[in-house]
Amino acid sequence: MRETTPSEDFLRGVWKENPVLVQMLGLCPALAVTNSVENSLAMGIATFFVLCGSSLFVSLLKHFIPHEVRISTYIMIIATFVTVADMGLEALVPTVHKALGAFIALIVVNCMILGRQEAFASKRPVGRSLLDAAGSGLGFLLALLMIGGVREILGSGSFLGHPLFGPHYEPWVIMILPPGGFLTLGFWLLGMNWFRARKQQRRVS
Amino acid sequence: MGDLIWILLSTMVVNNFTLAYFLGLCPFMGVSGRVETAFRMGMANIFVLVLTSICSWALNTYVLDYAPYLRLISFIVVIASLVQIVEMAIKKLSPTLFQQLGIYLPLITTNCAILGLAIFQTNREYNFFQGLFFALGAGLGLTLALVLMASIREDAERAAVPAAARGMALVLIIAGSLSMAFMGFAGLGSAA
Repeated sequence: MRETTPSEDFLRGVWKENPVLVQMLGLCPALAVTNSVENSLAMGIATFFVLCGSSLFVSLLKHFIPHEVRISTYIMIIATFVTVADMGLEALVPTVHKALGAFIALIVVNCMILGRQEAFASKRPVGRSLLDAAGSGLGFLLALLMIGGVREILGSGSFLGHPLFGPHYEPWVIMILPPGGFLTLGFWLLGMNWFRARKQQRRVS
Repeated sequence: MGDLIWILLSTMVVNNFTLAYFLGLCPFMGVSGRVETAFRMGMANIFVLVLTSICSWALNTYVLDYAPYLRLISFIVVIASLVQIVEMAIKKLSPTLFQQLGIYLPLITTNCAILGLAIFQTNREYNFFQGLFFALGAGLGLTLALVLMASIREDAERAAVPAAARGMALVLIIAGSLSMAFMGFAGLGSAA
């Protein structure tokens, strides 16, 4: 494996290998709770916290975790941090906690978190693992905001609860219902594919 | 009895796990290329879902009253070991079935539908039989969504799709349309 610089470790997860938009990991929360910017933000921050916490612990403990039971150990560490995040959100922002419901607990089975432990934190020093986790967590938050932003603007005509278009705007209700989640992510990917193909074509000609 | 049938129908079509709650999206995207594999994945899911429902009911009733903060951790540990035991049992009892299920069985551990089922069941305080029918409905709903998706994708392979839309973008947009179609069932009533 080629040695990477600290900034590469951080930036890779943010855009070039974005967990949701490129690797298609952690789709359940990315689609289920993104019907408003506020919920997306809360989910993104909770996942960021869990990811950084578990990367830190996995990286610290990597010499003590037996290879055969490593996956179950990672899951236990992740579940511990999710329990902390669940209780923290319930105490700090009860309304958001209620809106997210079971999906906070479901951060445990977000394959993106387990993926970072297995691919990075279990092999690298603590500092680098934290950088990597922060990058991926930020990328996840970014993707959630991209989906949540579009869905709230079109589906409720507002951004973070502030109305945008005045009283005559007829909201596209479908965007805040489940189909809107699939469609929004589908069209983001479509746009990104199109943009990438065009850029490549320009480089060739 | 009517209550149980209602739970079964409502989780199967009205509140379909995949298309309305976004649970179990990984297999939905990953193994929906062929109808046959999709169907087998669905069957494996039904099996594990029903077992999980029984186990989480037992945990909720006999253990977790004393330590509710351990709920998440104990659920995930039980699910992981359950899948492991089922895998070993099937391998011993019926090698042909084991071969047919292949890699899908271990993959189910990280399927959010399973943990989701355990958590929803707890939040709604279902009793033993309600939980059983809830799990059956969820599994049948997953299978339905998987098989529908796989049959659409098999046909879409022969269609002339623009290059930019190939791959995941197309799958997601098809899923969006499917989800919209399933919303038609919403007239049957609200969530139980």
